[in-house]
Amino acid sequence: MKLTCKVDVHHLSRVEGHGNITIRIQDGKLEEARWEVVETPRFFEAFLIGKKWDNAPWICGRICGICSIGHTLASIRAVENAFGIEPTEQTRKLRLLLKHMETLQSHILHLYFLAAPDFANVGSVFPLIETAPDIVARAARIKLLANDICDCIGGRRMHPTRTIVGGFTLLPTKDELRGHRDRLKEVMDDLVKTADLFRSFTLPDFIRETEFVSLKGSGQYPFIGGDLVSTDGVQKREQDYREMTNEYIVEQSTSKWSRLSRKSFAVGALARLNNNFELLHEWAREISLSFGLQPVNHNPYMNNMAQLVEAVHVAAESIDMIDELLDSEFSEPRQPVAARAGIGVGAVEVPRGILYHSYEFDDTGHIINCDCVIPTSQNHANIQHDLQELAEHYAKKGRKDRDIELLAQMLVRAYDPCISCSVH
Amino acid sequence: MAGTTHNQKNFLGVPVAKPRVAFFELSSCEGCQLQILNNEATLLDFLSLVQVVNFREAMTEKSDDYDIAFVEGSITRKDEVERLRNIRQNARVLVALGSCACFGGINQLKNRFDPDWVKRKVYGNSPVDTDKAQPLEEFVHINLRIYGCPVRKEEVERIVTNLVIGKEIHHPRYPVCMECKANENVCLFDLGEPCLGPVTRAGCDSWCPNSRAGCWGCRGPADEANMEQMRKIMAEKGFSEETLIDRLECFGGFKDSVDRIRKGQP
Repeated sequence: MKLTCKVDVHHLSRVEGHGNITIRIQDGKLEEARWEVVETPRFFEAFLIGKKWDNAPWICGRICGICSIGHTLASIRAVENAFGIEPTEQTRKLRLLLKHMETLQSHILHLYFLAAPDFANVGSVFPLIETAPDIVARAARIKLLANDICDCIGGRRMHPTRTIVGGFTLLPTKDELRGHRDRLKEVMDDLVKTADLFRSFTLPDFIRETEFVSLKGSGQYPFIGGDLVSTDGVQKREQDYREMTNEYIVEQSTSKWSRLSRKSFAVGALARLNNNFELLHEWAREISLSFGLQPVNHNPYMNNMAQLVEAVHVAAESIDMIDELLDSEFSEPRQPVAARAGIGVGAVEVPRGILYHSYEFDDTGHIINCDCVIPTSQNHANIQHDLQELAEHYAKKGRKDRDIELLAQMLVRAYDPCISCSVH
Repeated sequence: MAGTTHNQKNFLGVPVAKPRVAFFELSSCEGCQLQILNNEATLLDFLSLVQVVNFREAMTEKSDDYDIAFVEGSITRKDEVERLRNIRQNARVLVALGSCACFGGINQLKNRFDPDWVKRKVYGNSPVDTDKAQPLEEFVHINLRIYGCPVRKEEVERIVTNLVIGKEIHHPRYPVCMECKANENVCLFDLGEPCLGPVTRAGCDSWCPNSRAGCWGCRGPADEANMEQMRKIMAEKGFSEETLIDRLECFGGFKDSVDRIRKGQP
């Protein structure tokens, strides 16, 4: 029997922001598969112009509620690179620790609250409060710890207050750090149980070859700054990011799209893992192999598992970093800032992929130009091409409308898109 | 914790009905909604007070039958006005959640520019629909405001609890400066930092000054804000008018004061 299928998902749920999925299959033949972004743009790149440098991290952190720490850090890095400021080792460590805890809370939010309900066959995490209270409590415990550490280092878990150009307004106390290190050690067991839970789920068997782009780690799995690298062999310097992001405008989306060596590419946890597997903490690498996840993996649903692997990595590495901080003498939290004319670029691997902020300043430190390239924008074209091939793949297999609708929704969710971010 | 959802809540022995609650977002970062999910320690208790029937960021099921609607974000496009009017029709209580909904928030910074220039700057010659960023009250009646960028979870919980048990809700009339003093912080001005604490509405427990970061006025003006003194302090401490305006105009709550300063009025 030839399959005819009609899928219309208006404002896909359990993702950040507004996107629609449309699929039309007539007599087994794919007529249309579309991923549309309908979010209202907010125009950060325009309204930042004319503002002084110290406004940038404060305002640009507010591009996104989920990854506000990543945006703030990318913005700070762009300003510091423009002004020739080198952060101290202490600032570097505290920023990375803060970044790690945002990654942990974001990945856990996505894995348990946004992705897991599909595997448990429910519409949200709320019914699981009754049916699987241990699991929900575990998710809450990990997320709370990550957020508490963000409060401690950044002053606040969302739209941080202590993070500034030149360092921090205030440092955590060693007692606070000691307490958090002990809680992190306890939470490792919860992460192992999380891996056990996700190992019990069956991932859709869909593969489409694509190019994976991420920052390139040197000695350490990459999160803040550095060159970019792709599985197709591209390598670029941080300041040359535009040669990778190549943003262009399409009719079906208020977010811009990107392309590099092929018609689309992917960024995010799976891309980072595919490019930097050897740099993962050994506990994380073990978990990865237990999922059969090693480079280069082309199943987009595997991004969920890559997030889990990274959750283990950031937790384990944070324990080591807190130990190093505890062993060191704390120095001044901030260094002086002198504005100068120039352009600065800041790259940060946020939970969903590489984020770039770039500002051009005049000699009084006022912003003349501003460019922010969001990871979800980089992924939109890849989602579109995955969606087309997925619809064809499962139509051929004779899967029903509702199955294809669910698989399509799960596909978009696997990218953990941050849509309002992508139409900043 | 999880078992409490079965229990009938009561207040002073009187059973309390669980209101049907919906969450919506317009032009925003969705951070205020996320703050609701960020309440890991008290989330389950909070959820036991209400029945969430619409929360796209967290659940697939949705219903248009609700008592309380929380709306985050500002209005920047005509379709958002339509959505907001529908929500207003369905909701008994409409709550503006966060600075974008209350004042236009960060988004209203684009209102400083010609709208066509703004569009061209970001999208070149491709047409993208957008109007100036406005708060919800420009279009519909608002029953309640929860201030902040982002909203503070303790405050949301206190307000929602009061709403559920039918208590009247009052915002502090005094400024952040009072909370900051009570928290025994060193004054930011003494550390050489600008701060809008003296004029901004309290209720955040001096969130930013507690981290030695000056206040940017995200909660808008206190009822008893002395703007003349604020301008004087900033000038005396050596901060430029630009620094004062940067902070006052950041979240939209001090729009009238900014207009006056720009026009050179007292």
